Amino acid sequence: MRWLRWLLPGLFGLLALGGWEWVVRAKAIPPYILPGPVLVARTLVRDWDSLSVSLAVTLQITFAALAVAAALGLLLAVLFSQSRLLELSLFPYAVVLQVTPIIAVAPLIIIWVEDVRVALLICAWIVAFFPILSNTTLGLNSTDRNLEDLFRLYGASRWQKLWRLRLPTALPYFLAGLRISGGLSLIGAIAAEFVAGTGGAASGLAYRILEAGFQLQIPRMFAALVLISASGILIYLALSLLSHLLLRRWHDSERS
Amino acid sequence: MSLVSLQGVTRRFPRGALALEGLDLDIEPGEFLAVLGPSGCGKSTMLRLIAGLDAPDAGTIAAPGLARQIGFVFQEPTLMPWASALCNVALPLELAGTPRRAAEAQAAAMLARVELQGFEHSYPRALSGGMRMRVSIARALVTRPRLLLMDEPFAALDEITRFRLNNDLLALWRELRCTVVFVTHSVFESVYLAERIAVMRARPGRVVAQHLVPAAERADPEFRTSAGYAAHCRAVSHSLSLAMERA
Ligand SMILES: Nc1ncnc2c1ncn2[C@@H]1O[C@H](COP(=O)(O)OP(=O)(O)OP(=O)(O)O)[C@@H](O)[C@H]1O
Ligand SMILES: [Mg+2]
Repeated sequence: MRWLRWLLPGLFGLLALGGWEWVVRAKAIPPYILPGPVLVARTLVRDWDSLSVSLAVTLQITFAALAVAAALGLLLAVLFSQSRLLELSLFPYAVVLQVTPIIAVAPLIIIWVEDVRVALLICAWIVAFFPILSNTTLGLNSTDRNLEDLFRLYGASRWQKLWRLRLPTALPYFLAGLRISGGLSLIGAIAAEFVAGTGGAASGLAYRILEAGFQLQIPRMFAALVLISASGILIYLALSLLSHLLLRRWHDSERS
Repeated sequence: MSLVSLQGVTRRFPRGALALEGLDLDIEPGEFLAVLGPSGCGKSTMLRLIAGLDAPDAGTIAAPGLARQIGFVFQEPTLMPWASALCNVALPLELAGTPRRAAEAQAAAMLARVELQGFEHSYPRALSGGMRMRVSIARALVTRPRLLLMDEPFAALDEITRFRLNNDLLALWRELRCTVVFVTHSVFESVYLAERIAVMRARPGRVVAQHLVPAAERADPEFRTSAGYAAHCRAVSHSLSLAMERA
């Protein structure tokens, strides 16, 4: 049954692509309205030199934002777990950060922060940060009550309890948050790039899409889109693999 | 002198029932004491009080010289799922500052004592319910406590496993000579295991009857099928139904 999980979506994808190509050819739709997948693939190969540079720029921002979100989210969650007072005072602001649409605040951030790449990183970080913080906070508070009693019985210090009980309990929650944030940091990076719209050599995939739109190079636009989707899927798969490797020996979600 | 002496112990939970009121109980050094009572009569509350995990609202719990040398076995095995059997058993020693090597050596020896050699590096998920409970018992005993508190440890196990663990527990108790307080709501288990049975009633929880099982009878290898065993069970059942009527 395992291979079905790959074969079925694969077959479906091929069928959809075939149908798309067939419609485009049968109805003779011009490429500036809807290019067929074959043309998109050709454009991707032809423009690979410039597109790959942009891809690298976008991915750099994505990964930096994800790393900062993971580190800060984890750190803040640990601080919250140590001080209820701190959690009560700060957590609402994390929620505010989360519910404010990034598109609405990105222009401000881009004005305030001089270095565009730092501004983009901050925007992507804002989007990616919350799932890690909230998941890890939940995980740190989900310890087994009997295990808590056991640690108390043996006079465990606060540090021992954090390190040997709360952090391991929170690990699956943190990894689940990380998986969500991986995709979100890519979305955040792209959204911020759209707002920034910077030109030049060091611009990301969103700028390539804008540029292709202005020049009516729709196949190139699609090629950039394909790269974004593929990156999102790869990030998700990589983080799933990481989660699998860390949890497979003990966690119930990994029971085969 | 008693190892632990509870006098007039009362515990009232906020917004809740009066779990214990005026409970008196002495725990003698080296004895195997069973505490029997209906669900909700405050048995777990009493164990937590003895272990110092909770404080009474009134009354005193005196444990001169015990110095918190206590092991605790919960109803569920309560193992850390992310750690191997060996790491789980070594935990109490490591929390007390024993270097890892020494802690693991002692943990391995204790695992062998509960017949789990070869499973040191298994994760709890890969062990059966009975084996997990053995790990839990090994963890409680690894610090060589003077008092072992057990809260319905075998309630969730099948009868065959339960019988085996009953025998193994008795053997361990005879070998290590620690004091055991064993909470159960099985009359048969309490008579088989304990030298002394304290029967509790509920709302408010307190000890209402005590029952002794003489050592001479317990020494009989056929005790479980003897007429004496049946007579003790009948007597304890009777106390228990009286305790439940009064509630
Ligand atoms: N943390 C708590 N807060 C409020 N009420 C509690 C709490 N713990 C126990 N109680 C109440 O105290 C009473 C005694 O509970 P306890 O768990 O000690 O009973 P028990 O004899 O161990 O029962 P069981 O055999 O079902 O395990 C119950 O009525 C229970 O509802
Ligand atoms: Mg109980």
